[in-house]
Amino acid sequence: MTASQTGQASSLDRQPAAAKLAQPILEMRDVCISYVVRAGQIDVVPNISFSLAKGEALGLVGESGCGKSTVAYAIMKYLGGAGRITGGKILFDGRDMGQMSPAELRDIRGSRLAMVYQDPMSSLNPTMRIGTQLEEVPMIHMGASREEARQRAVKMLGEVNLPDPEAIMDRYPHQLSGGQQQRVVIAMALMAEPDLLVMDEPTTGLDVTVEAAVLDLVAQLRHKHDTAIIFISHNLGTVLRVCDRVGVMYFGELVEEGPIREVFTNPRHPYTRGLLDSIPTMGADKRSRRLSPIAGQVPSALLRPDGCGFASRCSFCDPARCLTGEIPTISMSDTAAHHVKCVRINELPQHRRFQVVSEDPQEAMADKEQAEVLTIDHLHKIYRQSVGPFGGATRDVRALTNIELRAQRGRTLAVVGESGCGKSSLAKVLTGIELATEGKVKLIDWDIGSTPVEARSQAQKKSIQMVFQNPESTLNPSHTIGFVIRRALQRLKGLTASDARKQAQDLLRQVNLPVEFAARRPRQLSGGQKQRVAIARALAGDPAVVIADEPVSALDVSVQAAIINLLIDLQDQRDTTLVFISHDLAVVRFLADSVAVMYLGRVVEYGSVEQVYSPPFHPYTEALLSAAPVAEVGKERERIILEGTLPSATKPIPGCAFATRCPRKLGGICDNEPPPEQVTPQGHRILCHIPMSDLIKLNYQAAE
Amino acid sequence: MAQVAQAIKPRAGGQIWKRVKLLTESPVGMVGVFLVLFWVVVAILAPWLAPYDPNANDPSTVPDHIDPMMDPTPNSVYLLGTDNQGRDLLSRIIWGSRTVLIVAPTATLCAYAVGCLLGLLAGYYRGWVDTLISRFSDIVLSFPAIVLYILIITRLGPSALNVIVAVIFIASPQIVRIVRGITMEQRELDYVTAAKMRGESSLYIMMVEILPNTRGPLIVDACLRMGYTTIQIGVLGFLGLGLPPPAPDWGGMIKDAYAMMSTAPHMSLFPAIAISSLVVGFSLLADGLREISLRD
Repeated sequence: MTASQTGQASSLDRQPAAAKLAQPILEMRDVCISYVVRAGQIDVVPNISFSLAKGEALGLVGESGCGKSTVAYAIMKYLGGAGRITGGKILFDGRDMGQMSPAELRDIRGSRLAMVYQDPMSSLNPTMRIGTQLEEVPMIHMGASREEARQRAVKMLGEVNLPDPEAIMDRYPHQLSGGQQQRVVIAMALMAEPDLLVMDEPTTGLDVTVEAAVLDLVAQLRHKHDTAIIFISHNLGTVLRVCDRVGVMYFGELVEEGPIREVFTNPRHPYTRGLLDSIPTMGADKRSRRLSPIAGQVPSALLRPDGCGFASRCSFCDPARCLTGEIPTISMSDTAAHHVKCVRINELPQHRRFQVVSEDPQEAMADKEQAEVLTIDHLHKIYRQSVGPFGGATRDVRALTNIELRAQRGRTLAVVGESGCGKSSLAKVLTGIELATEGKVKLIDWDIGSTPVEARSQAQKKSIQMVFQNPESTLNPSHTIGFVIRRALQRLKGLTASDARKQAQDLLRQVNLPVEFAARRPRQLSGGQKQRVAIARALAGDPAVVIADEPVSALDVSVQAAIINLLIDLQDQRDTTLVFISHDLAVVRFLADSVAVMYLGRVVEYGSVEQVYSPPFHPYTEALLSAAPVAEVGKERERIILEGTLPSATKPIPGCAFATRCPRKLGGICDNEPPPEQVTPQGHRILCHIPMSDLIKLNYQAAE
Repeated sequence: MAQVAQAIKPRAGGQIWKRVKLLTESPVGMVGVFLVLFWVVVAILAPWLAPYDPNANDPSTVPDHIDPMMDPTPNSVYLLGTDNQGRDLLSRIIWGSRTVLIVAPTATLCAYAVGCLLGLLAGYYRGWVDTLISRFSDIVLSFPAIVLYILIITRLGPSALNVIVAVIFIASPQIVRIVRGITMEQRELDYVTAAKMRGESSLYIMMVEILPNTRGPLIVDACLRMGYTTIQIGVLGFLGLGLPPPAPDWGGMIKDAYAMMSTAPHMSLFPAIAISSLVVGFSLLADGLREISLRD
């Protein structure tokens, strides 16, 4: 546990051993990146140094606003009008990029240096065929003829595992799915065989199964082409899958950097520890431990304090040493390439992950039967679309097929599945924004499935409320926080203005927001704070059921943990039933009591959280679980990659909806006959042709 | 640390003041503010600023001054010269600013009230309400505006009130278009769903939840439209459809003088400068406001 202190370490000492042998492909030496705004020059990344060897993959992680993307854009020398590199050097293959002429920069961008952005749709030109866009790269950078370029493009599309590359060449971007588009972007980036590929959240908008396939592809192509990668992500699990080394960024500084397995198993910087502690893991649930969020938020870059940037949120902060002077970067002696920017590094206790047990874990309540608050029976939802030039003809889109779910008082029913599985349609029917086509939705004593929200009684409206996904659109930008909550109290509880004012303060306190926030407007709040207000608004009328549609998926992990804890606490105090819609399996594992896995409008598996997360699995659940990125060393699973395409929702499906992509497909029976619903005495339901006993065996075989 | 917290904390009413401060940083916007404010001040202080009665022939009592009928060009007594009836141009322009600055904002405001209401209804209810309102707007928009103005004013007779009615009729369909578009976007947002879920009426949702969020694009558009209406009022005056004589009216002044453009250009030039400076003022102000809205 001894460490050698190198003070303001020059970047040369800090190169990993491997990189010393050969020239690194990229070297950042004391680089300072600033934005020039009206208020003056803001150093968003005051001083960053690292180097990257040929073929190496470095992950950059941290909350939003920590400067990860700024670093990526600085490497591309593409900071926009206001951005400047105000200090240090960026060496690309030994040459200072600051000295390069614009023509030289243009020449290496695209040929030796390529970037993949988060949104594939915005990196593809919607008016050009995929083929034409791909052919441009070798034609411009290598002087290839159109014919050669075309051959290379087809070969590359094959390498990124796109089925039928020739056909894809002639398509337009909008004719491809999100996952296919991102593969095309990756193919385009790799066309010129770049030495360095910068990927900025390349899988954030994708579904887990698609994400898993793209990540595998990146890892595979990297080894094949010996490409160095800078991989930026807020998701620690995805970084673990792709990278050799990881750099943790906070407030524009690289606070910890080292081999990824070393950093994840033995995190040294308090911020890295905080990040790792705030994510739920597949093994834990709300009864065994609580999540530990990092208090506070990333401060504004305008007010860079003296000393350590993390001090204001750090539980180990020693005011005497942390708040003044330059914080040195210390190399850990046990692993040569592990550097940490913290003065107290040798005094901190050994970090033990997953040992954070709450003082009062929720008592096991699985066996206590509770009253059913929400009962969904044989629910179907069919959207009628008009087609044809005059809208005369119609076609049916089956959004929900034969849904049967139960939610008990004070419990959490989670609905998981990928985009397009019908989760949101279900929420819309429950809230009365859409009406059920067939079947029953029973809320306490009322049948609300065919009552639109406008026609519901005040008692019914009061009993079911919703928390939305997008913190940006959940609050009206024109209204103050206080107004939003007071109005909800007045409408749902029938309070007078003065009573509402008092209770609004209580509600704000319950969601852990200062009372002064009542006077603020949404744009003065962070994403997590907005979600807290949205939760307060939903709880204003003491609803029996709260539907939470991906309430944390737009938030940083540290904030996500706090919101999940808040939901658990409030549910505990108020005995509210939570219908939690999510695509994040780890969060669902942590929070839910019972889980429904949805695929293409059907519930393919339903049971208690223990039942769903242990064999027998529905083949789709199995694939989802294997695809979910896990930020735990040694817990990575064998991945099941789903091939095949989703069947169209407009045509009736005679057999199993999952048959086209199922890795365990039996044969014709899956295509032609609807799967039977198998139910265990304990209430675990699986919709599959394979008998449950065989599903258990299959899983054990896979484990061996 | 306490000072930092103080600095971040927003002060009450600080928002509007901040925006005004932002506007002062936009040179274009400031020129606009200056031009518009100039004419507003002139209109308010007209009785004190105007040297003579705007409707009197040769109003000056200075002995031995040049007879306007002999030489109407600017001189030391009539600073901007006189018109074809010997009336002081400066006084007429000063008094004429009142007409424009009362009629143009009133008409624009009324057009906004009508346009916002119809746009909200069309965008919120969609279906047949939208079809009815949108088709009607399309019909109005498909006529050349000037033909409609002539039609309405000749039908109703020239007066300030009828000019306002005509502006409402012709400008509101364009406002309907803007508001309808924004409303359609807004009604799908989560906070509207949240409002429905707590049982708000449609009227409440339109007026309290949606309308305030249309203000950004509408304020800019209102400034542009104010300038546009100023031109229209000038055109109507020029066509003899403005205010009935002898009220001073910039457009009417040009009409009375344009036949003498070659012999006495000042008679039409000064009212024309007045109209264009006000119109340019409004558009520069709109540019400035747009610049601010892009900043944050």
